Amino acid sequence: MTKGAGSQGSTASAGRRDKLSVLLTLLHSGPIVILIVLLTIFGALADNFLSVRNIQNLLAQSAIVCALGLGQFLVILVRGVDVSVGSTIALSVVVVATLTGVDAPSSVAQILLYPLVGLTVGLANGVMIVKGGIPQPLVVTVAMLGIVAGAALLISGGNTLVGVSPAVHWLANGKLLGIPAGAVLVIALCAVFWALLRRTQWGRWLYAVGGNPDVAQWVGLPRDRLIMSAYALCGTMAGVAGMLYHGRTGSASPLSGAGYELDAITAVVVGGASLFGGRGNVANVLFGALIIAVIRGGLQQLNVSPFWSSVAIGVGILIALELDVLRKRVETRIRVLRARQVNA
Amino acid sequence: MSVVIANGVGSDSVAGRKTVLSIRDARKSYGFVTALAGASLDLHEGEVLALLGDNGAGKSTLIKAISGIVQIDSGSMSLDGTPLRLRSPAEARSAGIETVFQDLAVFDNLTVSDNFLIGHETTWPRWMGRLGFVSARAERESWRKHAAELSVGHVPPGQEIGLMSGGQRQAVAVARAVAFARRVIILDEPTAALGVRESDEILEMVHALPKRGLSVIIVSHNMDHVVRVADRAVVMRRGRDVGQMQVKDGVQKDLVAMIMGAT
Repeated sequence: MTKGAGSQGSTASAGRRDKLSVLLTLLHSGPIVILIVLLTIFGALADNFLSVRNIQNLLAQSAIVCALGLGQFLVILVRGVDVSVGSTIALSVVVVATLTGVDAPSSVAQILLYPLVGLTVGLANGVMIVKGGIPQPLVVTVAMLGIVAGAALLISGGNTLVGVSPAVHWLANGKLLGIPAGAVLVIALCAVFWALLRRTQWGRWLYAVGGNPDVAQWVGLPRDRLIMSAYALCGTMAGVAGMLYHGRTGSASPLSGAGYELDAITAVVVGGASLFGGRGNVANVLFGALIIAVIRGGLQQLNVSPFWSSVAIGVGILIALELDVLRKRVETRIRVLRARQVNA
Repeated sequence: MSVVIANGVGSDSVAGRKTVLSIRDARKSYGFVTALAGASLDLHEGEVLALLGDNGAGKSTLIKAISGIVQIDSGSMSLDGTPLRLRSPAEARSAGIETVFQDLAVFDNLTVSDNFLIGHETTWPRWMGRLGFVSARAERESWRKHAAELSVGHVPPGQEIGLMSGGQRQAVAVARAVAFARRVIILDEPTAALGVRESDEILEMVHALPKRGLSVIIVSHNMDHVVRVADRAVVMRRGRDVGQMQVKDGVQKDLVAMIMGAT
């Protein structure tokens, strides 16, 4: 037996491998570096950018995207993507406003109704993708986007109901120890998602399904139900985002949340999770959501046209995707060098 | 008609050994394509059996049938004398049969110990089911214990397997199968993608399996590797078993001849 054969290999390739490992670490910590760089640049250029008030504002703004991103991350983890989350925001807002009225007193049932509407949409997505046997999940959620957006218009009759219950208003606008309540809620949800993904059997299996769906099936994991659970939770989080959105805007419009699906996907990808599936963590989503909020808010404060922030975020997605491809290449290279070393 | 070529000592020499897995007249067609046309095979206790044949000979359908991935149309299988009907990979596994497929081996994005235990995790509290917590530390310990037994202790448990060499990945896949197999372990081309030294490691692992009470079926195209680990070889052609041979040094050419049908 050749124990520790790796240490006897040629030192030249070991050196190259170490360099590649450093590069890989850099790629993994890219999002936090980008966030710090952006904060530094905007902090230097724009007055009051790093003021308490502005940071509170950035946190409140990123809370909705972060909530959506957490759900989206689960779906991307299992190699899917869900573009129906933006219209799910609209549906949850409209359903709550229609069923309970906008000036009804706050109740637990009302607060639970937002995520419940989301869960329903998410389950419908999951069932269609898994049981319907449609190989391209994106298309299913595109169809769902249309259905859900239409449903929101039908239910509301196209009208916007102005008003929101006090509890939801506070969740979106209130502060706990100076931190926006919405941000506190989302940070708590981040902690829950982190524990679910990194510490439970369900989380481990979700990574496994994303890493290699065929092996997952062969090993005997309940692949279909795991994929469905990802979509169900993604919808649920869209409902939570809908609640925060309702609170922030103070009105229930059937056009709420339009375009937010792109921000959610961007947050996940820019934050460093892989569209190839099976890679990333909750911190990626958090950083991704903050990066988007910082780019939007920073450019706004520098009086750059908001059209440019859209371009900047699009470029950000492309860069993030290329870095992901690069990461894959570096990993393969490390593997090859390691094998060469062992067999040398 | 299948031609039985008994070269030197035939099955009589192993008559004293118990038969673990027995397959009789297995047939399987995919539409008009016949994959198995009456294949039979006996695997004896503590034996390393090489399953040989050219591409399309039916080896892979046969091992898929034994792994529960495909169901045979007719014929019979038995394990330790009891009839065996496998409808899924899970049933094969619970019968004590584990298979390592070349391309269905590991999750690149998980660590070594995650890969080792996936599907067999212990969680707490039990009532939480799949939402129960897994203990990474206990799992690393479990890997270290098993890895030491299999002489692959140098593969670190906490490392992501995607960054490892083919040999290390294969070692983890084999270790996983060994840890959970109770009767039979099937290895599909375990050294196909490996360098010389890594192949040596895997072959050493295979060689030690009978001592753990396991019977082994190994599919390989490398006759030198077959000669190093196998006790006996069964050759398939056109969906049938067409001959068998006791494996010893220097039979490489005879094996190739039997595979090619040049008899």
